Formats: sequence, C-alpha cells, structure tokens
Amino acid sequence: MAATSKGTKIAIVGGGLAGLAAAMKIAEAGHEVDLFSVVPVKRSHSVCAQGGINGAVNTKGEGDSTWEHFDDTVYGGDFLANQPPAKAMCEMAPAIIYLFDRMGVPFSRTKEGLLDFRRFGGTKHHRTAFAGASTGQQLLYALDEQVRRYEVGGKVRKYEGWEMLSLVLDDHQVCRGLIAMNRHTLELKAFPADAVIMATGGPGLIFGKSTNSMVCTGSAVSACYQQGARYANGEFIQVHPTSIPGEDKLRLMSESARGEGGRVWVPRQKNDRRAPASIPEKERLYFLEEKYPAYGNLVPRDIATREIFQVCLDGMGIGGENQVYLDLTHIDAATLDRKLGAILEIYEMFVGDDPRHVPMRIFPGVHYSMGGLWVDSNQRTNIPGLLAAGECDYSIHGANRLGANSLVSCVYGGFIAAPAALEYAQNVERNGADGSKIYDDELKLQQGFNDDLLKQSGGENQYVIHDEMGKWMTDNVTVVRYNDRLKATDNKLLELIERYKRISISDSNMWATMALPHARQLWNMLQLARVITLGALNRDESRGAHYKPDFPNRDDERFLKTTIAEYSGEGPVLSYEDVDASLIVPRKRDYSKGKQEQKTTGAVAAEATASGLPPKDGAEQIPVEGWEQKPKDLSAPVVWTQDKEKVVDVNHGEAGSRRERGKSIEDAGGKSDEL
Amino acid sequence: MSAQQHTHTHAAGDALHDTPKFVEIRIKRRDRPDAPQRWEEFRVPYRPNLNIISCLMDIQKNPVTKDGAKTTPVVWDMNCLEQVCGICTMIINGKVRQSCSALVDQLEQPITLEPMTKFPNVRDLAVDRSRMFEHLKQVKAWIEIDGTHDLGPGPKMTQDEVAERYAYSRCMTCGCCLEACPQYDEDQYIGPQAIAQVRYQNMHPSGKMTRDERLEGIMGDDGITNCGNAQNCVRVCPMSIPLTKAIYEENRETVMHGLFGWLKR
Repeated sequence: MAATSKGTKIAIVGGGLAGLAAAMKIAEAGHEVDLFSVVPVKRSHSVCAQGGINGAVNTKGEGDSTWEHFDDTVYGGDFLANQPPAKAMCEMAPAIIYLFDRMGVPFSRTKEGLLDFRRFGGTKHHRTAFAGASTGQQLLYALDEQVRRYEVGGKVRKYEGWEMLSLVLDDHQVCRGLIAMNRHTLELKAFPADAVIMATGGPGLIFGKSTNSMVCTGSAVSACYQQGARYANGEFIQVHPTSIPGEDKLRLMSESARGEGGRVWVPRQKNDRRAPASIPEKERLYFLEEKYPAYGNLVPRDIATREIFQVCLDGMGIGGENQVYLDLTHIDAATLDRKLGAILEIYEMFVGDDPRHVPMRIFPGVHYSMGGLWVDSNQRTNIPGLLAAGECDYSIHGANRLGANSLVSCVYGGFIAAPAALEYAQNVERNGADGSKIYDDELKLQQGFNDDLLKQSGGENQYVIHDEMGKWMTDNVTVVRYNDRLKATDNKLLELIERYKRISISDSNMWATMALPHARQLWNMLQLARVITLGALNRDESRGAHYKPDFPNRDDERFLKTTIAEYSGEGPVLSYEDVDASLIVPRKRDYSKGKQEQKTTGAVAAEATASGLPPKDGAEQIPVEGWEQKPKDLSAPVVWTQDKEKVVDVNHGEAGSRRERGKSIEDAGGKSDEL
Repeated sequence: MSAQQHTHTHAAGDALHDTPKFVEIRIKRRDRPDAPQRWEEFRVPYRPNLNIISCLMDIQKNPVTKDGAKTTPVVWDMNCLEQVCGICTMIINGKVRQSCSALVDQLEQPITLEPMTKFPNVRDLAVDRSRMFEHLKQVKAWIEIDGTHDLGPGPKMTQDEVAERYAYSRCMTCGCCLEACPQYDEDQYIGPQAIAQVRYQNMHPSGKMTRDERLEGIMGDDGITNCGNAQNCVRVCPMSIPLTKAIYEENRETVMHGLFGWLKR
C-alpha cells in the first residue's frame, strides 16, 4: 500500500475495542487518525465485558477448531448471519487472542503456563480466554496503551469529550468527514476525513435501563441512518439471561458464572419461602438442565432468557417475583475468587449478599444489539467512505450472539475496517470536489438544530420522554413480542416524537450541560426505536432473540433474510436481503441434544461441499443447491477467495488446521499442540 | 472493595435510621471553572437500594432544591455504573469514591457530594482528569510489541505471576489515589497510579525489555521520590491495588537504575 504524499486521515468515532483496534492498525500503517469519543476512551463500555474472548485454540485437546467455532456461531445465531464474515472472524480469533497476550493482558493460565480457556454458552468446548472476570477491561486497556503509544508518536489525535452529531456528505452522497460537538463548550466543528469508521457500540439506552453504559445511546449510528446509511436487523436485541436489576441500570452478571459451573434454579414449590440453602436438592427445579440435557445452563442466551422469563411468568420465580437463583455456592470460594472475583464483587457491592455463600438472584436484562449499520464483508456501509465495526455493525452474530463472541467481533471488525478504510481513501477519485462549502452547510444545519432546541418551549421533559420510551420498548420489544403491542409501541413512539418537539431544555447554563447533548441523543434514539419496533412487527416468525408466540417457528422460506431499514421522512422503509448461507446449510436449532446426536447430514455435507473437504462424521456428501451463488448485494469477492484458499489449505481436516497454526507458534518459542 | 459492608438489602433501611421518606443531599456546585462554589440542598424520594447516581438522576429530571426553588440540573460524569470505568468519582461524605457504588442505605445523611479537589473542576461534580493520561504517556505504560501481525502467543507465565500483574491491571485511572495523596497537588508529583502501571508493565517478560525507559519516567522532579509514605492511596483505592507495594518495588528499582544504570551504556 503506497503512502500518499498528502497523508491519509481516517476519522474513527468511538474509542472502545473496535475503534481502538482500527486506530492501532491505521497508525501502525503510518497514517493519521482523528479519534472521537464522548468519554475518555479508557472509560468506554468495552470495560464492562466480563467473561472472556472466544478463539478455538484447543488448549484442552477437545478437538476444537475454528470451523467448530464458526459452526457454533452460525448455529447459535439461528442462521441469520452472513457466513463468510463469521467464518473469517473465527479464523482470526486465535491470532487476536495471541496478540493481546503479547500486549501483556494478564490472561489466566494453566499449570503449564499456557492460556487457560473456560466454557461459555452455546458450545461444548473450552474456547474462552479470560483475564479473571474483567476481560473486557484488560483488553481495552491494552489497546488504549498501544493507541497512546501512537498518540505520543503523533499519529493519533484524540477528541475526547466530542460527540459526533452528523456526517458530512458531498453532493454524491459520499462521506467526507463529520460534525462533532464539544460537550463542554457546545462548540460545533467540522472534521474533514478521507473516510469515517463508526465504532460507537450498542443502543441499549433506547430501552431505558439495560446492562449498557450511559454512552450507549446508538445516537451517532442513528444519525448515519437518518443520512442514508442502511440499518440492518434492528429487531434483533439480545436480552441477557442474568442481570441484577437496579434503579439506575441493570448490572450484568456474566455468563462466565455459568461457564464455571453456576446453576440456575427455582424452588419446585411455588412461593417456597425457605432460605435457599435449606431447600433440599430434590425440591429444586434446575429447569435449564432438565429441559436441555446436552447444554444445560450453557444454552445460548436467547433460550436461557426465554426459559427464565417463562418460569417467572408461570409464577415460579423466587417468592413469586421476577427473579431466579444463579447458584455458585457448591464451588469452593478460592476457585470462585480466582476465576470470577470481579463479578462476585459487583454483586456483593450492589446487592449486599455474598454469592460465595448465598445464591444470586437474577433476571434477564437488555444487553446487546445484533443489528446495526449494514456493512459488506469489508465493514463498508452503503455510504462510500463510511465504514462500521463492532456492536454498531450488524454482521457476524445473526439472530443471537454467543457469549464471548462480542470482544472478538469488535477487534475483528476494527482489523478489517482499518485496511478497508485506507484502501478506499487512497483510491477514491474526488473529481476536484474539494471545498469547504459542504462542511459549512452541514455545520449550519447542525447548529440550527441546537438553536431550535434551545429556543423551543412547551413544558415537555426530555427525561420523562426517555423513561416512557424505555418502558414501552422494554415491555413490548424484548423477550416476547406480539404484533398488536408492537403496533401500539410504534404509535407511542410517534406520540413521543411529537412531544419531543415541545421539550424545554431545563438547564439555563450552557457550559458543560448534560441537557442539550441528551436532547440530541433522544431524537436519534426515538428514530432508532422505530427501526427496532417495526423490524420486529414485520418479521412474522421466531428466530434467535426474536420470539413471537403467534409465529413460534423459524420460517426460512420467508425470513432467512436480513432486514434492511432505510430512513424516510415518514419513518423506516423496510426491505429484505438474502442471507449468505453458502457454507453451512441452515438446520433446526435443538440444544436439548449435542451436535453429534443431531445427525445433521445436510449441514455437514454442505460444509464439505463448500470447503472441498471430505465429509466429516461419516456424513453423506449431498450437493447443496445454489451454494456457489452469492446473494446479490454482498460485495465480498476479496474475502471470499481468501477464505476458499484457507479452507483448501487445511485439507487434512481439523487437526491439520491446528498444525498450520502451530508452525508459527513454534517459531515464536511457544507451544505446539503436536503431542 | 474489600471494605464493603455486608448489609442485607432487607435490613438496610434500619441499619442507620428508621425507613426515611427522603434522602437529604447537599451538593457543592460551581457553574463554570472560574465561578465560585456554592452549596445547594436537595431532597429525593427514598427507595431501598438507591445509589448516589440514582439520586442525581432524580435531581436531573426535576431540578428543584429542598426549599422548592428551581435551579439548574446538577452536572456530573457517569458511564458504566458498575465501578469499572472510574468516571463517576467524587467526594461523598468526605471520602473520595465512585458514586455508582455508593449506596444511600450505607451513608450518613445529609449526604454531601463534592467534586474532587486535585483536578480542574469543570462544572458542579465534574472534573478534568486528562493529566492522569499524560502521566501514562510519561511512563510509557505499554508493551513495545514488534507489530500487530500474527507472531503466535506471548511468553509463558505462571498463574502466580499473572495474579500479581492482574491486581495492577485493574487500575481504572479514577484518581482516588491522587485525591487522597498529601503530596499530590498542582501536578508536581506523578503519583501512585502511574507508578503502579510501571510495576505492572515491568513485571511482564516483554515489558522488562524496556524497563529502564519506564523507570526514567518516574525519576524526574515529579518522580517517585516525592512519595511521603502517607499510604492514603492504598486505603482509598476502590480496586484494592497494592499501590504502596508498587511504590516500594519501583523505588528500589529506580535507586538501582540510578546507581548502576550508567554501566549499561
């Protein structure tokens, strides 16, 4: 990649894992980064990730492979993910973990001094590397320091405390930079850039209370959507099975608690008021273990959430309330401290009980958006010059994300977006269309929005509107969805949008006010809330996190498709795009059985057909219809060929693929898995 | 965190008072960096399990003082609300800590909230701690990797070595240690957090290779010798980081480096 004489500048919005991963790559390649973040990047939401990061390294000799990781990811996502990017991520995952290891992340170790791996939901393998129970914090800090190194070197310039308000698009709808607001002075400024990467995380605050941090409004992404970026699969919102309800937020209780042996139960007897320790084993209902013997407490999150929700709906919750036990008390306290210390402290700090001795009481809470900005397999959105990575893009996770896949997808997304942005920036033809007018115009438009907001009056309270939105969205657009309620929710959102126009900003002091930025975010949240709600209304099936009792089955005929929302003045316009299921034929999800028991000949054969491998597990080789056809709008030629080559490379099967990796590992003086 | 009270939720209300109807809060406010500070009093409806952030959110929705006078909403910083981002640090009843994990049921009322005093006060309870990130630059608190391409795993380590490093890895740059340190003022001392990060990276087998550069970052006029051994830092650290141990170890390292470092040149 030849460096241009004028130098390439990429703007990155968001300083969590995805944004920092992209910034590091771009700076390493010798180019400049403007990095925008509402909070100092070290305080980004990635720090809240607890359990770990997935990568099939097969340390435990369980026959794990990147293909197995890929299959678990796609199967866990109920086949809604485009498969080539998911596969590419799983193939990159071990290298990502090793890179963080080299950057000094204190990953937990085995006796031999190797990286230790634990189990997580939706897989039978120990595939999750972890640093205590604060893995996201450690990964983020490692990247933060690497980016700081480039900041010292002059390659990265941070704009912390600057919030992106809009993109700057030229007459050809090409992204040429962005407008950001200083959250202290409220100054608006245009920042030209050769390309912009969105890495702003999820939109949890649309649901009022969630496990997300307070910056996770989805506001900047919604601004992109309102400027013409396509938003995909918005209706797929992950509700985490285990959170700790609070007044201000729902605090996450990591899946790693179950990964390390935590068991979910309620008393068999309704309204059993005895202390949990005095309820004998046979009078406890371990409902996940009973219903899903193969995966037990480690079924994927959508399933665990629905089961917990149902148990409480049936009046079986502890004391008749919306809570079930998550029990770790059978594990010795020293092991718990070593492996889960950080999350146990959180529970202890906010609830007051010691989970080493008293079972935790938990309930599901909104956690993650599988949907996000539509991107191709190089993380490019439909707006030229605009890319997206991390939770704010829709790729990888399909209809449900597996635990510990989010950290790896953030880094993967950043690592793909960075070179793609550079490649775009260095090859784009501007046709002499430079000039400051587009920046001035957009700046004026955005300043106008602020001025209008400050002028308007009418007595509506922005925080009350936010609360109402959150309550309606949580009640009607989360675990169980009914069409009449979804319609009513959209009507409510329209009402709130009307009322929004009559809010009075309650702060007369415009220095460092929280009110104006929140009002800007609130508008964007309302727009995105409609995308989520109408996407759900229109999808008459049940798939992954999207569950409609009136349409209880997955309907591949009609809905093995990505929902695409495009903004119009009247609201989102929905269309559907085929899913690239070219590598694994969709099969029914059934977590009561292990994969081996399922006799999924079709799937295995498809894998074989696509990869050129001999069929695994004695499966028949059946040609899969149309596997070689690419869906129309997926422009993924580069990655596609690379993938194919990689697959042919590992012609000796799974062990072979490990051996391939092992080579470079041995060179580095590390371990080899050839025993 | 080790010092957390093990108060059971149902018993929390009567630990200090009869179940109160309101939470009384006094907040030290400032409109702009150059404006004077003033106190305002607020009353928030009591609910069990409230934390300080929830109280501030209540005031934000309805910015009215205890006496019924309309005022501007109180400004503060918040993000994760799980005590891992460090942003919501303030002085609560005279003690520096995170406001998300400060539970009303465990606090004497009226509760006083003040901004940290060792950093520029932006507005109300919000402060600017960017100098702490400058300290991290000064000590080069990163591992000098050769590149981000795939070079296989890092060096092998025992779980004991990892556990010792893990304790330091949890520093969230919240600034409690600097607020409590009698030697830290006007930024003339780099302080415990940066020294602990030197320890953290210098313990790593790859980090060791550039150990001296980090040591030199804490050997200047604002360096480690400013420590007066008051040991306040380790008492207020919300992550229980062994800060005084780090200072002890790095003090020894810098002395050795000062005495014999020239021999390597």
